[in-house]
Amino acid sequence: MNNLFTNTGSSSFTAFLGAHAPDLLPSRPESLAAPVGDQIPHATTIVALTCAGGVVMAGDRRATSGNMISQRDIEKIFRADDYSCLGIAGTASTGIEMARLYRVELEHYEKLEGRSLSTEGKANRLAAMIRGNLPMAMQGLVVVPLFAAYDPGRDAGRIFGYDVGGGPYEQREYHTIGSGSIFAKGSLKKLYRADASPEDAVLISLQALYDAADDDSATGGPDVTRRIWPVVTVITADGFRRLSDEEVEGYVNTLLQGRMSDPDGPTAPLR
Amino acid sequence: MRDRAEYARKGIARGRSVVVMQYADGILFVAPNPSRALHKISEIYDRIGFAAVGRYNEFESLRLAGIRYADINGYTYNRNDVTGRGLANLYAQQLGMIFTDSIKSLEVEIVVAEVGESPDEDQIFRLTFDGSVFDEQGMAVIGGQSDAVAGRLKERFKVGLPLAQALDAALAALTEPGGERPPVAQLEVAVLDRTREHRKFLRLAGPRLERLLAAPEPPAAPPAPEEPPAAPEAPAGEEKPPAPETGPPTAPEGDIDDGSEA
Repeated sequence: MNNLFTNTGSSSFTAFLGAHAPDLLPSRPESLAAPVGDQIPHATTIVALTCAGGVVMAGDRRATSGNMISQRDIEKIFRADDYSCLGIAGTASTGIEMARLYRVELEHYEKLEGRSLSTEGKANRLAAMIRGNLPMAMQGLVVVPLFAAYDPGRDAGRIFGYDVGGGPYEQREYHTIGSGSIFAKGSLKKLYRADASPEDAVLISLQALYDAADDDSATGGPDVTRRIWPVVTVITADGFRRLSDEEVEGYVNTLLQGRMSDPDGPTAPLR
Repeated sequence: MRDRAEYARKGIARGRSVVVMQYADGILFVAPNPSRALHKISEIYDRIGFAAVGRYNEFESLRLAGIRYADINGYTYNRNDVTGRGLANLYAQQLGMIFTDSIKSLEVEIVVAEVGESPDEDQIFRLTFDGSVFDEQGMAVIGGQSDAVAGRLKERFKVGLPLAQALDAALAALTEPGGERPPVAQLEVAVLDRTREHRKFLRLAGPRLERLLAAPEPPAAPPAPEEPPAAPEAPAGEEKPPAPETGPPTAPEGDIDDGSEA
């Protein structure tokens, strides 16, 4: 334990972990005998969009292993710090571990240095972590996060996407990841409004998730009988906030009521 | 060995005191500190705070080690598995080892405080340069004229004080009788607030601190009929406002067990 007192020369928790206890890092250098992609749970769809003074991220609750639903109420959006969060798609276990490490990484820097990382700095750190997972991704343990943050310098929300090799790719307005991302993105494209209020943006994100669940078998819709609702988070100048189940239920009921008469959801004006 | 202890005591007594005390919703840290960048008070983990006096470079390295210890344990196990007691033990080992093995002992005195779910679960550990650990009840004062400050704080300390009154008591204790309170810009104040979500540590500065400092006067007026404590120039039994040379008052009470006599 005494080498806790030796300076590793960096404020990065990951770098410290690599020097002090490399076995705790999520990356596994040995390659697997055969790809296991289909046998372990996968997290599916995450959507994020900017709104007036912030950003909204929402994710469905389904995890699948091949054609099986392995969990109905998995949570795939993680608070990283007061002003940022990440959603994960792909291998659930690796993603959860990565999110946990990433949270400590941001906090560690903040406590050692006495200041928060810049939004770009946070996005870059996440890219490095994903790159570290590349060997595993080649074996089928792919994890691709979506990063959303409120940038105090710009007083606006920002969204960063990634691929298996890292990134980051800053996305304007909205972005989606996961198996239902194509359908969610199509939906967002028509429903997105610049400067929508956070409340409207929450409803837009839920509509997009509903559309994804409608057409993608791996994405779960709102589970009315079990009262399992999507996870919805809002980040504004007031910080990170996860909406309570009751709040989300209210939005979902509005959405379902509309869909009762209009199963395909709201239509965008033609001209 | 005695010289070393004497040397450390003198170094620690030179600076200003730091007060750590319980209040209704958690634990309050107050340090007169002219620097806004070089902190004496810091967050270690979700529920754990750190305060130190003495040489900056020495306690800064202790602080960084504490953060590494906490982060690595929280990451390895679970966030709830990081405890103030574990951290205090780590510091005690390191301080004790340096005190016995090195030519120069560390000139620091530190407090590790952990806020619990309820006031009875709050813990305040005070650690001295030789690695002794003291499990303090309700309040701890380190550095400077710590005995005098602790005496003044005891007079005002009550269990379950609201934040503004606790801050007022801490500032009164930190001010020598008849002296002036340090200006807001030279105060470093932080709390571990058990009502906060996620991370309990919060620095209080700027307008928020000014509002707090302005607050206590009305509520403090009714419950202060016994006038002695408020007195600006009536120090009942205080003897040493400007007498630092009489004896360094900090650090372990009684003799240090240095193992020199059987």
